[in-house]
Amino acid sequence: MKEVELLIIGSGPAGLCAAVSAAESGAKVLVLERGFRPGGQLIKQTHMFFGSESQYASHRGVDIAGILLKKVEEYGDRIEIMLNSTAVGFYEDNVVTVLKDEKEYFKIKAQSVICATGAFEKSLAFPNNDLPGIYGAGAVQTLMNVYGIRPGNRVLMVGAGNIGVIVSYQLIQAGIEVVAVLDAAPRIGAYLVHASKLARMGVPILTSHTVKEAIGTDCLEAAIVCEVDDKFRPIPGTEKRYDVDVMCISVGLSPLNELLAMRGAEMKYVGQLSGQVPMRTESCETSIPGIFVAGDASGIEEASSAMAEGYLAGLCAAAKLGHVPADFEQRRLDYLSQLDNLRSGPVGERIRAGMKISQL
Amino acid sequence: MRINQHPILTFDRGREINFTFNGQPMKGYEGETIAAALHAAGVKVLAKSPEKHRPRGFYCAIGNCASCQMTVDGEPNVRTCITLLREGMKVETQEGKGRIE
Repeated sequence: MKEVELLIIGSGPAGLCAAVSAAESGAKVLVLERGFRPGGQLIKQTHMFFGSESQYASHRGVDIAGILLKKVEEYGDRIEIMLNSTAVGFYEDNVVTVLKDEKEYFKIKAQSVICATGAFEKSLAFPNNDLPGIYGAGAVQTLMNVYGIRPGNRVLMVGAGNIGVIVSYQLIQAGIEVVAVLDAAPRIGAYLVHASKLARMGVPILTSHTVKEAIGTDCLEAAIVCEVDDKFRPIPGTEKRYDVDVMCISVGLSPLNELLAMRGAEMKYVGQLSGQVPMRTESCETSIPGIFVAGDASGIEEASSAMAEGYLAGLCAAAKLGHVPADFEQRRLDYLSQLDNLRSGPVGERIRAGMKISQL
Repeated sequence: MRINQHPILTFDRGREINFTFNGQPMKGYEGETIAAALHAAGVKVLAKSPEKHRPRGFYCAIGNCASCQMTVDGEPNVRTCITLLREGMKVETQEGKGRIE
């Protein structure tokens, strides 16, 4: 059985920052990544990030992945990234079972673990929602920004949150027509700077609208949308038909953290954080000592917060293993204040409420 | 279906890869997933659902949802959205849960 000091599950923004932070303190780190490349969802993000310099604001996500991987390389003697390796089990004695390349199955025993497993796109219930041509908005972003492939010719975007409007804009950048963006909420959820770009390009953003049904035999051919009232009930007679071959579903994400539940960490449903999340201390430690969580796995936020949480969790996990840098407390407080800033203002209200409920 | 001009990104496609889809010869590029190469070739239906035989395409593209599972080189339930193309691969539409040969 392979033994490691610190095991990090996931190599997205949270996992990579945690690895760098822990290695900087002197910990030996193994990062498991189920995909064939590190970087998580950063690699498909072509928009510039907000926030402050500490979270690489004004850089595009895809470039941030490069910056983080370069940092990982600097600590090459202390960080190993194992690709195509899925953590499939997490047991009481801190044994994690791994399936590598869909062939090798083995155990890793870790002194400490950071779960940075990210999130998963939600679906939306309506007749024929399983037709090919109906994809998660993030999936379409991967297809077009990572592989350079057009998802189709005419797109209906469902969801006017940040992902919905950003992906709509990126579709237009790639030369694809976006016929409309709709959202069941009465207001646009995205930052207005993103939504305004779309509005200026003439893309209608229909609030208080939902999908009534999808039409098609083998693939999506059209979508029927309708208005909803203030209780989200469809209003009869308001149906509109859009002939589209792609529908992107961008109705939020769910945290992926089944491994922590399996390990026995205390979990709680917190609507503000978009699902079942582990209870944790302000230093990202779960109810099980030495087991940490960071990024979307602890509640849905943005990549900027995931990075700050990753740095914090890496610092604190390493400290618990005896690698305490001289400026430990100063750095810990710095990451906490970065997170406070990212969660400040009316936009962060939900997150702040969710954090309170999930705090140990 | 490929994007060749983009204001921000450049796509450096790897060398050409030959594979088959339900016996038909297809081309993709090194570094591409099976689902991406099929989509570029206009193939959106990857499988049929187990009970009602409804068409299935990919949904999440991160290997999480099982919607894109196909039979590859005789092995069923391969997550084609995260599996890279290899020269000579035999990719087949999967009926339901697939069959182990």
